[in-house]
Amino acid sequence: MRPVYIAGVALTPIGEHWELSLRDLACEAALKALEKAEVERIDALYVANMGAAPLQSQLHLGALMADALGLYGLPAMRVEAAQASGGVAVHEAHLAVASGLYDSILVVGVEKMSDALPQEVRSALAMAEDQEYTAYTGVTDVGLCALLHRLYMERYEAKPEEIAALAAISHEHAVGCPHAQYPFRVSVERILSSPMEADPIHMLECSGIGDGAAALVLTADRGDVEIAASTVAVDHFFLTERGDPLILEAVRAASRRAYERAGISPRDVDLVELHDSTTIMGILSLEDLGFVEKGFGARYVSEGNVRRGGELPVNTFGGLKARGNPVGATGVYQVAEIALQLLGEAGRCQVEDAEVGLAENLGGIASTASITILRRR
Amino acid sequence: MVLKTSRPVGIIGYGAYIPMNRLKTSEISRVWGGCTEPIEEKAVASIDEDAVTIAVECARYAIKRAKIDPREIGAIYVGTESKPYAVKPCGTIVAEAIGATPHVTAADYEFACKAGTEAFQACIGLVSSGMVKYAMAIGADTAQGRPADPLEYTVACGGAAFIFTLKSERTLAYLEGSYSYVTDTPDFWRRGLEMYPRHGNRFTGEPAYFRHIIGAAKGLMAELGHGPEDFRYAVFHQPNVKFPVKVAKRLGFSMDAIKPGLIVPYVGNTYAGSTPIGLAATLDVAEPGDRILVVSYGSGAGSDAFSFVVQDAIMEGRPRDLPVSAFIARRRYIDYSLYSRMRGKIHL
Amino acid sequence: MSAPRYWREIKYRYRLMGELCTECGAIVFPRRSLCPHCGCRELEECKLSETGTVLSWTVIQHPPKGYEKYAPYVIALIKLDDGAQILSQVVDVEPEEMRVGLRVEATFRRVREDGSSGIIEYGYKFRPIIEEP
Repeated sequence: MRPVYIAGVALTPIGEHWELSLRDLACEAALKALEKAEVERIDALYVANMGAAPLQSQLHLGALMADALGLYGLPAMRVEAAQASGGVAVHEAHLAVASGLYDSILVVGVEKMSDALPQEVRSALAMAEDQEYTAYTGVTDVGLCALLHRLYMERYEAKPEEIAALAAISHEHAVGCPHAQYPFRVSVERILSSPMEADPIHMLECSGIGDGAAALVLTADRGDVEIAASTVAVDHFFLTERGDPLILEAVRAASRRAYERAGISPRDVDLVELHDSTTIMGILSLEDLGFVEKGFGARYVSEGNVRRGGELPVNTFGGLKARGNPVGATGVYQVAEIALQLLGEAGRCQVEDAEVGLAENLGGIASTASITILRRR
Repeated sequence: MVLKTSRPVGIIGYGAYIPMNRLKTSEISRVWGGCTEPIEEKAVASIDEDAVTIAVECARYAIKRAKIDPREIGAIYVGTESKPYAVKPCGTIVAEAIGATPHVTAADYEFACKAGTEAFQACIGLVSSGMVKYAMAIGADTAQGRPADPLEYTVACGGAAFIFTLKSERTLAYLEGSYSYVTDTPDFWRRGLEMYPRHGNRFTGEPAYFRHIIGAAKGLMAELGHGPEDFRYAVFHQPNVKFPVKVAKRLGFSMDAIKPGLIVPYVGNTYAGSTPIGLAATLDVAEPGDRILVVSYGSGAGSDAFSFVVQDAIMEGRPRDLPVSAFIARRRYIDYSLYSRMRGKIHL
Repeated sequence: MSAPRYWREIKYRYRLMGELCTECGAIVFPRRSLCPHCGCRELEECKLSETGTVLSWTVIQHPPKGYEKYAPYVIALIKLDDGAQILSQVVDVEPEEMRVGLRVEATFRRVREDGSSGIIEYGYKFRPIIEEP
């Protein structure tokens, strides 16, 4: 296995891009990334996407995007793992280059959620869960998180404002971020006074609906950021069959393996891009990634430790909450953002002296977890 | 003509179910003005309830009380005028939900408010002929009331199920005989694609309700050689409070006799569920040896009259499950707007 | 939902049928080809307990497509008395009455329908246990 580097990254701003189609967005990001990477050729194309089938009735994205980018003859395919599609696509690309089979791969994550009505988007997101017994109850992705949020508060006596702090800090970090969907501050008070989305989760604790595309070029030689490790793990698909629903076993398994491969421990990580689809998922993630003991995540966050200048900067461009969450593309955004941090190109969002960054991308109720660790070359 | 079975038939289990939502008649008056019915409130099905779900609930309670293996039920008939499917029997869904499939016959009956007791007649026949071991008859409805119509004050949701088998020491009550009195009398009807029924107002009284109930009751009592004094209890179809009280008096029954089965003041007229629930409520208090007269009425029109005698097994069988009073006591008040939503009167 | 897809799950949804692992004794719901806890392939059909206790709950304010008519509704994680866990709506209860530890029992309700001409889908939901007054 040889090292893999990131030669170029590009991100489109996240928002409601009424005039741009799935193709338009993907091409915008992909062409920019290719330009930056200055590679001679691309050996494979991986497209990360979750919702194009239910929302745009579009399958076969590999061939579609290759055609849109004028790439013919090469292998191209969609990688899908619900909201973890982005991270898993990076994993696939990484192993293809590391194996020696391909020298350079283009990974594009793209999602267009504003094309559909909110209830259609909710149904599409619920496709990450079992349709016959989980989604059949009428539960939504936020609803499942709410069950964990309540359990967490009861078991660890965590306060709503401690958990909500993650969203407030994420918003702070998005200020000045050129690609963030919500680049403005939101206070904990404002968050807790927003209407309940699914009791006890408030509306402003949930990531929004947005369109966006992010692209990376992975190579065997070019680039100043190395992928130190890329792992994926799955957990029991049914929340009802997990030993402890507050432990994200997929995160534990994938991160353990990732730290091992990268030869580091959590202490060595300088910044983390968490999967805060809802605040509670971000809190549980922090704990199962090994940064904080189980049950202490909310307190750790509310004490300000996760600010850019703090002990463990988290969601440095705003995370899923403030930067945005165009689901299938999110994992690619996370990796691109860490690359920007390590290259010193993060602008107002810069974390000083960042050497090692970790991206965590989850699918469904953390049934899939993808961990990508990047290191400055 | 009295319908007498070749072999004696009894009830081995029964169960009722009434949804928990209640709409006060004063609330309806608030919206439409003027109500003279002594009914206080009526039971309203939740938005995720219908005649099928109510029938399933009753069936499950009846099986619990009967303590039988549902696979031995040979027939399931559901009497209702609010079928969720015009074509596809409630009976098959109930059969599947209680685990009686596939060795079973199932279908739906329609005869307005006496559809449930129609099902009784069929079950009694199947059982006494030896064709099936157990037969279940269910009367369940979530009938619709036209807004502002006088019937809107009374139309309600609920049901009860009865499991019939050959009389034995295990049966809770046995049947002495039944009598059906049917004519073509268009007092109340609903055409195929209409949401609400129409009725003949005062025409639904003497020529309809009273004529058929009295015809069936007198016919049965004459053939069995009984008078009102031989019956401890009587259950009459209860579309409102006035009618059953009046017909009881005319037939010579006291208020005490009809009281246990008179649930309409608390839950309204549950249509095909009305007489069956009345019988269930009476069985909840009756003692071994008590004779009960049951006379249903269905618009269109007709009445089925039954004479049941309570057996010793009622003492053991009765406490096996919830009495009707448990469902009457379980209430949540809703207002007219929530009622309109629950009953699908507001189109999304 | 297509009629065949709905029909396939009827027994399990209507009667709370699951499976019992003959190796480790776990109750498996929904049914599987092998036990999710020990991997054993010898599973026997069994009926789940119809009563249980609420472990956690929420209220769905913004439902997915098809459930708009029923919103808002309560969803709960329930631990059944036989040890199995199940995710289900809880009905006949106001959100203010919901609490961890509430005793509930299974009931049979409409889940959704395919417009005014498609099939009606039924299934289990739970409600606070009805007691004698």
